[in-house]
Amino acid sequence: MKVLSGFIAAAAVVGVAATASASTLDDIKAKGFLQCGVSTGVAGFAFTDDKGNWQGFDPAVCQAVAAAIFGDKSKVKYTPTTGKTRFEALKSGEIDMLARNTTWTLSRDADLKLTFVGVNYYDGQGFMVPKSLGVKSAKELDGASVCIQTGTTTELNLADYFRTNNMKYEPVAIETNAEGRTNYLAGRCDVYTTDASGLAATRATFENPNDHVLLPEIISKEPLGPLVRHGDDQWGDIVRWTLNVLISAEELGVTAANADDMAKNAKNPEIKRMLGTEGKFGPMLGLRQDWGLMAVKAGGNYGEIFERFIGAKTPIGLERGLNAQWVNGGLIYSPPVR
Amino acid sequence: MSAIEYQAPSFKLEDLWTDRRWRAIFVQILALAGLFAFLAYIVNNTINNLQTLGIETGYGFLNDPSSYDISQTLIDYDSRSTHGRATIVGILNTGLIALCGIITATLLGFTVGVLRLSGNWLISRMMYCYVEFTRNVPLLLQILLWYALVVHSLPRPKNALEPLSGIFLSNRGLVLPGPEFGSGSWIIFIALAVAVAGAIAFRRYAKRIQETTGKIYPVISISLSIIVVLPLLAYFAAGQPVSLNWPALSGFNFKGGLTLRPEFLALWFALTIYTASFISEIVRAGIQSVSHGQTEASYALGIRPNWTMRLVILPQALRVILPPLISQYLNLTKNSSLAIAVGYMDIVATIGGISLNQTGRALESMSIVLAIYLTFSLSISMVMNWYNKRVALVER
Ligand SMILES: N[C@@H](CCC(=O)N[C@@H](CS)C(=O)NCC(=O)O)C(=O)O
Repeated sequence: MKVLSGFIAAAAVVGVAATASASTLDDIKAKGFLQCGVSTGVAGFAFTDDKGNWQGFDPAVCQAVAAAIFGDKSKVKYTPTTGKTRFEALKSGEIDMLARNTTWTLSRDADLKLTFVGVNYYDGQGFMVPKSLGVKSAKELDGASVCIQTGTTTELNLADYFRTNNMKYEPVAIETNAEGRTNYLAGRCDVYTTDASGLAATRATFENPNDHVLLPEIISKEPLGPLVRHGDDQWGDIVRWTLNVLISAEELGVTAANADDMAKNAKNPEIKRMLGTEGKFGPMLGLRQDWGLMAVKAGGNYGEIFERFIGAKTPIGLERGLNAQWVNGGLIYSPPVR
Repeated sequence: MSAIEYQAPSFKLEDLWTDRRWRAIFVQILALAGLFAFLAYIVNNTINNLQTLGIETGYGFLNDPSSYDISQTLIDYDSRSTHGRATIVGILNTGLIALCGIITATLLGFTVGVLRLSGNWLISRMMYCYVEFTRNVPLLLQILLWYALVVHSLPRPKNALEPLSGIFLSNRGLVLPGPEFGSGSWIIFIALAVAVAGAIAFRRYAKRIQETTGKIYPVISISLSIIVVLPLLAYFAAGQPVSLNWPALSGFNFKGGLTLRPEFLALWFALTIYTASFISEIVRAGIQSVSHGQTEASYALGIRPNWTMRLVILPQALRVILPPLISQYLNLTKNSSLAIAVGYMDIVATIGGISLNQTGRALESMSIVLAIYLTFSLSISMVMNWYNKRVALVER
């Protein structure tokens, strides 16, 4: 089981022939589906619906990529990964891309040899405590027991934060968000810490969400985004520009509902380029002509995906904040399709 | 009389498969060469794959700061310590759980094994049920069960149970008053070492006296008193340097004292109870292997019952018990790697878990973990084999 994950990770490097040299796109076309790594389950971000299909803010990116390749958003298979197994799964070629609340850092780029293709959620690490503790600030947490997921940036930030503030804590290491939720509710730890979005999502699944508060301190930058492994730039471009198209579509007012119509009748040439009725942008990427249209129709533009799974009207209730379009004062910004 | 001349057999190539002796050697060499070729292929393949992926290799990362904290550390450690030191913390934690587990599993196992042979129907049935139940439920489940019991059924620190004054039981674990060693404490440890050495020497001496003159000393009570009295004298001579540190609730958790965390407790209970059921069966088989005639003969010679047990039954039973007991100790040590299921910070969780993950050095980290388990296992078997040889039947 979990004990084995490390050994499997090691074995993967030993056994599997390096896939980096072959074209990932050709491999995906040959097997007929995209293998996408997601989390083991965080409400709104990645969960299985009543029919057992993966849904959520992260799987939506996988579905858009599958639609851009095959014209069919259902051609995705998912691999649930924990904070510990995710990078080995990607490096060994078990999955083609990873969309799992993963923070873009220098060492993951340069040392683990992974390529982050963009950011689809600007986040930061927060703390959640039961209201009954009466804690108002993270600075009051000296001596607390803190639940953290191992193998994450969370556990490193936490060590730095308590050290800088001359405080002590007892780390309680857990593997998955579900385990963290159970341990926190049982009182094994006083505090649960992870990305603020993950805290909001986890709190939404509690019986009495209002008995718990997020503390005001955000102690880190956690730009979360999809990633691929080094060595196949074409594949990196495909995932990057699929994400960019979803973002551009929101900026330009293209939605799942009006995309077909816009592709034919839009006045703005940028929209036509993006949706494939002008230029040869799909083929430049090695994709079909209507890749952009398919990607947007898969689950709507970036804003639609956000509102459907994690937005203010969902139980998770996240505001756009930093994740608003740049024209609305946020950081979400796509380079031009040109 | 003609001397029989020895004709050296001349070697012909086809002897390799026609001559029985040559064939045996030939086949073994082939098998060995095959094995080496396979290993070389794997190593070569790995190196190639890593190079294609552009992945750095090497053990240099062990000198970098680990950047993470560990809850249970037997030596000084913080997030600025190196991955190498985190590994040592993990080794010590594995050693601690293995040692505690082996001690308690042995005590429980011997007790249950003897009780199962009891003439009392109820007791022997109860022991039978315990053995059958615990050795047929997977260990992982037992660990998770104990963990859930501690975390979900015990009160939170504020309402902690206090069975004895100064001892607190809550879902943060068991907190006990802990010893605090002031300066000069080393004298006590030296006294202890001297006392143990003295006790052993006295045992030898008593044995020699008994063999030559037949005079019997009460070896056990004298040894025990040496071991207790000498360190006690040293304690007072050094000006009572050891004091008790009483735990007290302060803020979120208990401060001071000695904390046995839920992760440790769950793992310890589960390993003890699971392994003890196997040990009890081994002990029962060992005792039953000594025929009843031995007891009767011993009684007939006028040897007292507990002397019969110590001098006649146990030495013979131990010969049967020891070899399988060694493998139970090895099993317990290796099974302690299931610690990761509850987040106990052993070697698999430190170097084989967090360090591996934060640095991406999968092969290096796993090779360290393998080497450490191998060392643990080989040392246990060495010690036990040595002991086994000592108690083995000396044939004259
Ligand atoms: N962003 C951090 C932490 C990511 C993380 O593990 N987040 C949690 C809570 S939001 C999660 O996604 N858990 C999913 C799971 O348990 O599978 C990182 O990349 O290291």
